Amino acid sequence: MTQSASSFLVVGERTNITGSPKFAKALKAGDWDACLAIAKQQVESGANVIDINVDEALIEGETTMVKFLNLIAAEPDITRVPVMIDSSKWSVLEAGLQCLQGKGIVNSISLKDGETEFLRRAKLLMRYGAAAVVMAFDEQGQAASRDEKVRICTRAYRLLVDKLGFPPEDIIFDPNILTVATGIEEHNNYAVDFIEATRIIKATLPHAKISGGLSNVSFSFRGNNPVREAIHTVFLYHAIKAGMDMAIVNAGMLGNYDEIDPALRQLCEDVLLNRSPDATEKLIVHADAIKAQLDAAKAGGVAAAIATVDAWRNEPVEARLSHALVKGIDTFVEQDTEECRQKYPRPLDIIEGPLMDGMRVVGDLFGAGKMFLPQVVKSARVMKRSVAYLTPFMEAEKLRAAAAGEATRAQGKFLIATVKGDVHDIGKNIVGVVLACNNYEVTDLGVMVSCDKILAEAKRIGADIIGLSGLITPSLDEMVYVAKEMKRQGFTVPLFVGGATTSPAHTAVKVAPEYPHGVVHVLDASRVVNVVSSLLSPAQKPAFLAEVTAKQGKSREEFAARRNKRPLLSIATARERAPKFDWTIVDIPRPAFLGSKVFSDVPLADIVPFIDWGPFFSAWELHGRYPQILTDESVGVEATKLFNDAQKLLKRIVAEKLYTAKAVIGFWPCNAVGDDIEIYADEARSSVVTRFHQLRQQLEKPADQFNHCLADYVAPKDSGHLDYMGGFAGTAGHGVEDLAAKFKADHDDYNAIMAQALGDRLAEALAEKFHKHAREACGYGKTENLSHEDLIREKYRGIRPAPGYPACPDHTEKPILFKLLGAEAATGIKLTESCAMYPASSVSGWYFNHPESKYFGVGKVGKDQVTDYAKRKGQSQAEAERWLGPYLDYDPT
Amino acid sequence: MPAALQESESFAALRDLFSRRIAVLDGAIGSMIQTYSLIEADFRGSRFADFPHDLKGNNDLLCLTKPSVIEEIHTAYFAAGADIVETNSFSATTIGMADYHLESIVTELNHAAVGCARRAAQKAEATTPGRRCFVAGAIGPLNRTLSMSPDVNRPDFRAVTWPQVVEAYTEQIRALIDAGADALLVETIFDTLNAKAALFAIDSVFEEKNIRLPVMISVTITDASGRTLSGQTTEAFYNSIRHAKPFSVGINCALGGRAMRPYIEELAHIADCRVTCYPNAGLPNAFGGYDESPADMAAILREFATAGLVNLVGGCCGSTPPHIAAIAKAVRGLAPRLLPTIPIALRLSGLEPLTA
Repeated sequence: MTQSASSFLVVGERTNITGSPKFAKALKAGDWDACLAIAKQQVESGANVIDINVDEALIEGETTMVKFLNLIAAEPDITRVPVMIDSSKWSVLEAGLQCLQGKGIVNSISLKDGETEFLRRAKLLMRYGAAAVVMAFDEQGQAASRDEKVRICTRAYRLLVDKLGFPPEDIIFDPNILTVATGIEEHNNYAVDFIEATRIIKATLPHAKISGGLSNVSFSFRGNNPVREAIHTVFLYHAIKAGMDMAIVNAGMLGNYDEIDPALRQLCEDVLLNRSPDATEKLIVHADAIKAQLDAAKAGGVAAAIATVDAWRNEPVEARLSHALVKGIDTFVEQDTEECRQKYPRPLDIIEGPLMDGMRVVGDLFGAGKMFLPQVVKSARVMKRSVAYLTPFMEAEKLRAAAAGEATRAQGKFLIATVKGDVHDIGKNIVGVVLACNNYEVTDLGVMVSCDKILAEAKRIGADIIGLSGLITPSLDEMVYVAKEMKRQGFTVPLFVGGATTSPAHTAVKVAPEYPHGVVHVLDASRVVNVVSSLLSPAQKPAFLAEVTAKQGKSREEFAARRNKRPLLSIATARERAPKFDWTIVDIPRPAFLGSKVFSDVPLADIVPFIDWGPFFSAWELHGRYPQILTDESVGVEATKLFNDAQKLLKRIVAEKLYTAKAVIGFWPCNAVGDDIEIYADEARSSVVTRFHQLRQQLEKPADQFNHCLADYVAPKDSGHLDYMGGFAGTAGHGVEDLAAKFKADHDDYNAIMAQALGDRLAEALAEKFHKHAREACGYGKTENLSHEDLIREKYRGIRPAPGYPACPDHTEKPILFKLLGAEAATGIKLTESCAMYPASSVSGWYFNHPESKYFGVGKVGKDQVTDYAKRKGQSQAEAERWLGPYLDYDPT
Repeated sequence: MPAALQESESFAALRDLFSRRIAVLDGAIGSMIQTYSLIEADFRGSRFADFPHDLKGNNDLLCLTKPSVIEEIHTAYFAAGADIVETNSFSATTIGMADYHLESIVTELNHAAVGCARRAAQKAEATTPGRRCFVAGAIGPLNRTLSMSPDVNRPDFRAVTWPQVVEAYTEQIRALIDAGADALLVETIFDTLNAKAALFAIDSVFEEKNIRLPVMISVTITDASGRTLSGQTTEAFYNSIRHAKPFSVGINCALGGRAMRPYIEELAHIADCRVTCYPNAGLPNAFGGYDESPADMAAILREFATAGLVNLVGGCCGSTPPHIAAIAKAVRGLAPRLLPTIPIALRLSGLEPLTA
């Protein structure tokens, strides 16, 4: 197109009911998805603005406009462009304006109803903040000739600008594009009239713009799209030269002036520029010929459309590999790798060349937030497949090279492990994959790895960095231990810590002081590459470590300052501030059964409906709430793909029974005694079977708030009321590791991580499902009638806190619960030395029925409570302190 | 041109202040209120002692029930060097007060809010003869939004309608103007459509009262994506509100100052009115507090001022009178940003800007 066309705006017309039969049909049928798809297609085809018009006799204009605009507002791919609200009814325009957060255009206002009404509407548009299409229309009717168009537009302009102070740049004149080639002689000059009027208006009315509805001009040729497209293109070519700024067109149907068949172009030009009396006749003849050709070709013409889909396959092999890596397509990777191998002298050249180039693009996009974790992991899968294909060739080469005395080395060696007693490894696996993508040699020792093994292995392979991961709180102590050991054994490489339970503060306060050669907390996988590359660069390392150390120093000071600021209440005072319930009126439900009930094979299909998908996305470092995240502007596309992949694998897991779910739940008569809960053998309280020990908040709170402890939710023994509590343990983890291992063996880390993430979701869903059973067993749950969302938001009565979590941070209550439930025999869940549950996709906890029970965090505990707690529990002070380490308000050493 | 509306007396005074130097706004009110550890009874006062609903947390209500506290906070900010304080009326609309069943006292509440700020201003003016202290009527964002659905299954659903929002804002705006606010500050905007409804209401009330006050507008860029919560870029937002002929436009809340820099720069480049910046005292830390010291914050805002990006600076969440004092000191003597000449063009927006 011409130079002046570069700033020309395309206003998509396909969401105009009068211009698009497809949209009309979808709108009348109430098929909103189809309507949105049309709008999206317009934007994708390059519309700078979309025109929305729902004027139709059988459609209620105001509500339809509002509904469609509100739907569009939820679609970032559409609503990124401004909207032109198009209607002949002012009430529809105004309803539309009330839905636009952006600055849009109203199409249209005119002098048709007189000056007063025109000015009233224009003034409101200023207040709404919209630009206006002003039609060349007045009390007498529509302007057809050049002079009439100019006269009416000038009158409107003067009224708007002089009388109202309307910003002239917000005025867009539509001087009426009327239909040519109608066979009526007076119509022959219509295009010329428009083009000439445009030129005059642009020259005389400063800052005003010119727009028009393009499809009108070619209306005589409806049904013959190639000819219409040519007419539109030629018309725009001339109108834009005259100063036309925008047009309402089908954004996907604009051609290039220079590419139109010259004969057709000439005929269109003759018609539009009214160059000869028989121009119309000639174009009609030519148009009919084109149509006949088209119809003949239709039968065999589908192939061309399909060819474009895989156009990237025609690129050179390096570009194909790069495309496959960035898009995560593994269909052709082996074929392309082989082609490369034929081309490059050595397999390593392919890895260091095209593959690393592609991964660099992936890395850059990931770093810039333009790609998301699931995509990166898919890219890694392509990379791994390619490398796996090349490996035998490299081995062969290595044998040859060894003979010649050469050696190779990766960028750096990273050793990673989940510490002793902990079994959670999704985050660790993700970090491993991301680093491997960046050409680091990653040695992953797996889960529950002892300190000795980690350090021995690190020495053996000559690790450049050691990474520790952990999810449960006792792992924090284990990390401190590893740091101490590293110092003792004379290590000098940096230590990384990460995982859900770790924090910059804990790292600074507890871990970093134990090891002088750099302890870095890594928040998530997206940060890890930068940190690793800084640490492995001799130039950057000193400055980077100095910065980390300085930050940690500051963090320690802040921690110390905070600790001194707010002293805790004594445990005695905290107990006085426990919530007081009138036990004569508290509803204490008697469960339908007492003792344990085992469910040895829970059908997975029954659990699936209870899945809370929100945390699933967090596991993949996609942040946002489900299901909004699926349509999120930045991560929505990837979140949706991830979700679809998850559904696919989940379906397979359910259909092929790849995981086994087991659960046990139980109820027991009980009473609170102080902050402990006594569990009785029977309702006669003939003997105490066991005790659960609870901790109480000690932070000073405002007068109207309480210092909570879980024991408060159980009737005290001296209240005279017998109470009941429950417990549960369940797992969906049997089978998870096998499936993940199978994927890993196939170089498919993406699905391996997916398998684990789904295991975790199923376990949590299992907990939700059995909590529902438990509430029903207690009676009150039978009538709760909650939606899935409300279930996920835990809008029901009762709680199911788990030992080791904020309301009861001591993991060592778990063995007591397990023993009482007979959980290990019933479910196959084992407890590690840190009281983590294995397999990892397992859950356990207590049921409290008290109507006012709620989740809380115990927070910091004082020495007086710990001493008392250890005594109640029969532990030594030191042991209690070890387990409660992160929660201690004092330094036990 | 049509007969222009009468400008308020404060209009010229503010124009004069901004032409001479970088103006200083106050800091957070909410975090200052927290330091008083007020309890339910304080919020109720004697008037609402028997009110059937909880009132604790209704900070705006304190203008009526604990005016001494609010006045004291305003006074502290004037003493710290603020030229303008915001009234404690962030949620004082019928929609905001519906949570507390207090829709009926909205007009009174806004009157009281201006009263607290005005008394503090007069006190400060009396202490330093010749000093002018301004009161900006704060208009917050509402807890119901016009461009987003609260129900994920019904993306077209809206919890509130445009006429309802306009009506709610209209009552607040009338009251703020009647009580004598010097300017109106539509702030912490996270949904542009709500802001547009507020601006629509402002323009209508101006016409009704034949007066025009300076309209200050401040948006919240939610995170490092550089977008508002409702998805607009900075420039798209500016295009959406420019019709209100703002006295100033700026960014507040959410990000700390450091992270705001690119967006403030963008505004400074595109806005043909004054540019304002009152960030939080850094990003919230793991404990929900704010860590930036007065010196930190002042250093960042001084950088902005030195770069010629701003006409007004102040603080949002987590900032205190010591922060404002440090900020006022840091920008003292630095020249305010000069208003650029922006080429006339049709400037539209969806989530992104479009200039034709």
